[in-house]
Amino acid sequence: MTPILQVENLGKHFQMHHLGQRLHAFEGISFALHAGEFLLLRGPNGVGKSTLLRTLYRSYLPRAGHIWYHTSEGRIDLAVAADVDIALLRRREIGFVTQFLIARPRVAAEDIVAEPLRRAGIPAVDAIEESRRWLAEFGVKRDLWRAYPTTFSGGEQQKVNLARALILPQRLLLLDEPTASLDAGARAALIRRLADLKAAGVAMIGVFHHPGDVAGMIDREIELIAQEEPADVAV
Amino acid sequence: MTLATLTKPWAAFSYGFLDASAKREMRRKMLKAIAVPGCQMPYASREVPMARGWGTGGLQVTLTLLKPSSSVKVIDQGADDSVNAASIRSFLSKVSGAAETWDTQAATLIQSRHRIPEERLRADQVLVLQVPNPEPLRPVEPNMSVARQMHADADYGRLWLILYEQMVRSGRIMEGAAYPALVNRRHVMTPSPIPRWDVPKLHMAEHLTFLSAGREKRLYAVPPFTQVEPLVFSDVPYQVEDHGALRCHRSGVTGYYMNEIPQDNGGSVFELSDSNLGIKAIRRAEGAQVEIGPTWYENGKMPQ
Amino acid sequence: MTAALALLAPHLMTTPPLLTLQGVSRRYGDVVALEDVSAAVYPGEVLGIVGESGSGKSTLLRMMNLEDTPDAGDYRLALPDLPGNLFVLDRFARRMLCATRIGIVYQNPHLGLLMKHTSSGNVAERLLIAGERSFAALRGRARDALEASEFPLNRMDARPFELSGGMQQRVQLAKAIALEPALLLLDEPTTGLDVSVQALVLDTLKRLQRDRAITMVIVSHDLGVIRTMADRVIVMRRGRVVEQGLADQIFQDPQHDYTQQLVHAKL
Repeated sequence: MTPILQVENLGKHFQMHHLGQRLHAFEGISFALHAGEFLLLRGPNGVGKSTLLRTLYRSYLPRAGHIWYHTSEGRIDLAVAADVDIALLRRREIGFVTQFLIARPRVAAEDIVAEPLRRAGIPAVDAIEESRRWLAEFGVKRDLWRAYPTTFSGGEQQKVNLARALILPQRLLLLDEPTASLDAGARAALIRRLADLKAAGVAMIGVFHHPGDVAGMIDREIELIAQEEPADVAV
Repeated sequence: MTLATLTKPWAAFSYGFLDASAKREMRRKMLKAIAVPGCQMPYASREVPMARGWGTGGLQVTLTLLKPSSSVKVIDQGADDSVNAASIRSFLSKVSGAAETWDTQAATLIQSRHRIPEERLRADQVLVLQVPNPEPLRPVEPNMSVARQMHADADYGRLWLILYEQMVRSGRIMEGAAYPALVNRRHVMTPSPIPRWDVPKLHMAEHLTFLSAGREKRLYAVPPFTQVEPLVFSDVPYQVEDHGALRCHRSGVTGYYMNEIPQDNGGSVFELSDSNLGIKAIRRAEGAQVEIGPTWYENGKMPQ
Repeated sequence: MTAALALLAPHLMTTPPLLTLQGVSRRYGDVVALEDVSAAVYPGEVLGIVGESGSGKSTLLRMMNLEDTPDAGDYRLALPDLPGNLFVLDRFARRMLCATRIGIVYQNPHLGLLMKHTSSGNVAERLLIAGERSFAALRGRARDALEASEFPLNRMDARPFELSGGMQQRVQLAKAIALEPALLLLDEPTTGLDVSVQALVLDTLKRLQRDRAITMVIVSHDLGVIRTMADRVIVMRRGRVVEQGLADQIFQDPQHDYTQQLVHAKL
């Protein structure tokens, strides 16, 4: 079976022009991920787990290697794919769940959650209905649905964020500590949703502060090791 | 050196007052104006023995068209006997030998301020309208260079905008005289300050109309059988003044454009604005053999 | 120094770009306003253009609105009746194209609005240029466009000079979208507004973008505005494109020295 994702020798560093410095992140990362698999990234703080997720999502530009992603139309190297292709995949196939909500002022919680559905062309009424279902599932109080999340507490914002990130089934989900700052009920809802998605064949790569939360789902783990910056990184 | 050596020997004025080169320029501009209906042509606008604003533009066109066999009628607000009309008419006949007339039927050349006669003009007649402000875009564009570009681009959005806002404010279009009209489906013109009543007379008319502004140095024309369509919204019909049912208190005639004459008792009576039509109607009622030509309006309505 | 990996041409995105600019250069005397600028905007996308004052970003937007002709360059819109380089169109064709297919909102409302005409009239003028001659339709369509711009309808016949800055921008926006243009250009649309008003106007723009999938190009020196609105970002400096990328990448992992300064200065 063809993997969904094949990462080969992926490397990332940051060139800080104003400091005249290069900040090393990771290099030589290789792994494969199949549909329905759950991959856990482990390692001490600062080792580059989140950086790797963001590099896979192309919020960070890789410096070396390949990220082969298999679509229905053949494979594409996310490391060098055109920006518009990445944008297309993000709308349709690749999701990213962080603990930070980018809320816009004066947009109601239910509208924020419904947005991925709207973008996918689902009519407003159906999208809002589905959005409310997920807000309820994650335990956002009904009277907050029409309120603006900018005023919510961190925990409530996080629930809105999760509902939005998980409302549209994807093929590949990148999870960056989604359970941080969640209460027990929301955490349980999240785990249920992730398990459902996994069963439906969604591949996942996750970073968890408390991996115990998702212990039952983990298929494989990758341990990132802090590296000294090599003397010569020819890319 | 005597004064005589510095001056030209005495000679008569040129025929029709204007010198040959002035008339040649007028003819060229008038031909151009006919060639591009409704488009304003600039001209030099010579001095004439009359102040700017009293019909000098119309006068220059009339002087250029005059010949000894012409029969000239001059009206001011429909009247042949106003001081200004009478002065211009006698000046025209003096410098050309042309005949003077009050009768619309008999005239070959009609110079007018603010009215078009009620009797239909024929293909052998020419109407010259005096225009104070020839630029329909002036209310929306004070810069005349820009306005000319807008004409070139047929950019009349803002002119329509004024009509839109009159509808919004008043529920009807408030342009009284000088209602802007699209000529030959291309240029918007100001049909001189004629009442709305008179604008439809220009549409597909048999006669040639010149419109000329002496102070602004612009002339334009509506050639025979040219479309002249007042700017109107498709769902707000063009309306002429509500004069169709009014009755002239002197001639008893109804169905034409009237002047309102306030009375001491606070009321008012009406009389025909086209004074020659009134005179002919009264004479005919008195038993005289008077020919009144067919009129544009019939029973107070413009036939479609 | 190692360069970032060079990106490939679009592969999955099979729809051609709505807007394509290629090799656009413009000098004003000795001043280089634009130097070999190329850009593509795909249907439904929001492209942000950032850069400091004088970087050429507004000049580029004016080129897209055909207000100026470059010394060199090619500009195409993938619309059925518009083949070829738009820079060669004559003034009349440009005016009709801009009036009917391209909407623009300027920072300065005096550039976009007739201040002494009514707000609804400003919107209706666009429709009139496009040939709408029914008063009822003009009124209704102007009302719809103003409503979509979240302009208070009880003030639809107020004149822009009587309105606040935020309301003026909404009138500009209504005018810009009245004919459902293929392309909406926004030149610093919220600069100079109070922060709270700015947020409301941005929200309206975002909502319109989502509901109507309008293709937009937004120019701003305010990175917050670009971050809120744009899918992709072009960074300009001294008339050149120094970097372009996905919005989150430009803000989280800027590559060019200048972009790093810009991002760090603003965050």
